Amino acid sequence: MARVVVDVTLKPEILDPQGRAVQGALGRLGLAGVTSVRQGKQFVIELEGDLDADRRASLDELAATLLSNPVIEDFTLTVEDAG
Amino acid sequence: MTARIGVVTFPGSLDDGDARRAVRVAGGESVALWHGDADLKGVDAVVLPGGFSYGDYLRCGAIARFAPVMSVIVEAAREGMPVLGICNGFQILCESHLLPGALTRNDSLHFVCRDQRLRIESPSTAWTSQYVHGQEIVIPLKNGEGGYVADERTLDELEGDGRVVARYLDINPNGSRRNIAGICNEAGNVVGLMPHPEHAVEDLTGPSTDGLGFFASVLSLLVAVGSL
Repeated sequence: MARVVVDVTLKPEILDPQGRAVQGALGRLGLAGVTSVRQGKQFVIELEGDLDADRRASLDELAATLLSNPVIEDFTLTVEDAG
Repeated sequence: MTARIGVVTFPGSLDDGDARRAVRVAGGESVALWHGDADLKGVDAVVLPGGFSYGDYLRCGAIARFAPVMSVIVEAAREGMPVLGICNGFQILCESHLLPGALTRNDSLHFVCRDQRLRIESPSTAWTSQYVHGQEIVIPLKNGEGGYVADERTLDELEGDGRVVARYLDINPNGSRRNIAGICNEAGNVVGLMPHPEHAVEDLTGPSTDGLGFFASVLSLLVAVGSL
């Protein structure tokens, strides 16, 4: 089995009002000195068998089209050790 | 004989009924299109209505973009067929790359629902020819993720090429860059608009009838080009 983790984050120049709201809440709950919070998404994808080159290429493609919108988001794709 | 305008229903569309009604009020024939069918049923133009297609899961419009009907709409739009995306439809057009940029969560984090004053900045699109440049209209706005964003170069291009179709007046309800409420593609046949003209076509139910012009514009264009 292969496990692939795709993390999607807003590009730095895109306003993240949710992150800003969380930043405010952290301060109200007593955490001092929070200068920024950015909220993202994580996809944990499990696949049968080994991750061959074809499926790896498909995942790269889908991470850049379906899972993220390159206009506003960046992504990182990490292949974890087969479990 | 009048023009046939298709309105797509996705799972989670809300305003498809109103959009079909607006087409009829404007004098057109409305045709219901289904997200799962790669079939435009011979329509002359298409409206992508508002709502929450696929529950807005992942990103607004992100899953709708891959619906079978969208593959034929993208192809037809590139060949010049008029397409209007309203609200969620605008989000789908951006996700489909028929329009540049993206729609992001309102800067206020609140869902906004109000009668919104707009200025028509470009009457030279397929959907706005019945308006005059600078005309002010009032139509409903209702969105949670309506903040239009694009990089500065794209925004400058849109402005320079006259592709900002409408701008918010009085307030910027969602944090859109440069108060942009609607844009079009280079050819002017594809228009995305965050507020809802289909909810402003009759005095009984809308704040005005100012929205009717979008549907009347495309009908007059289709008659003029003799596609009927």
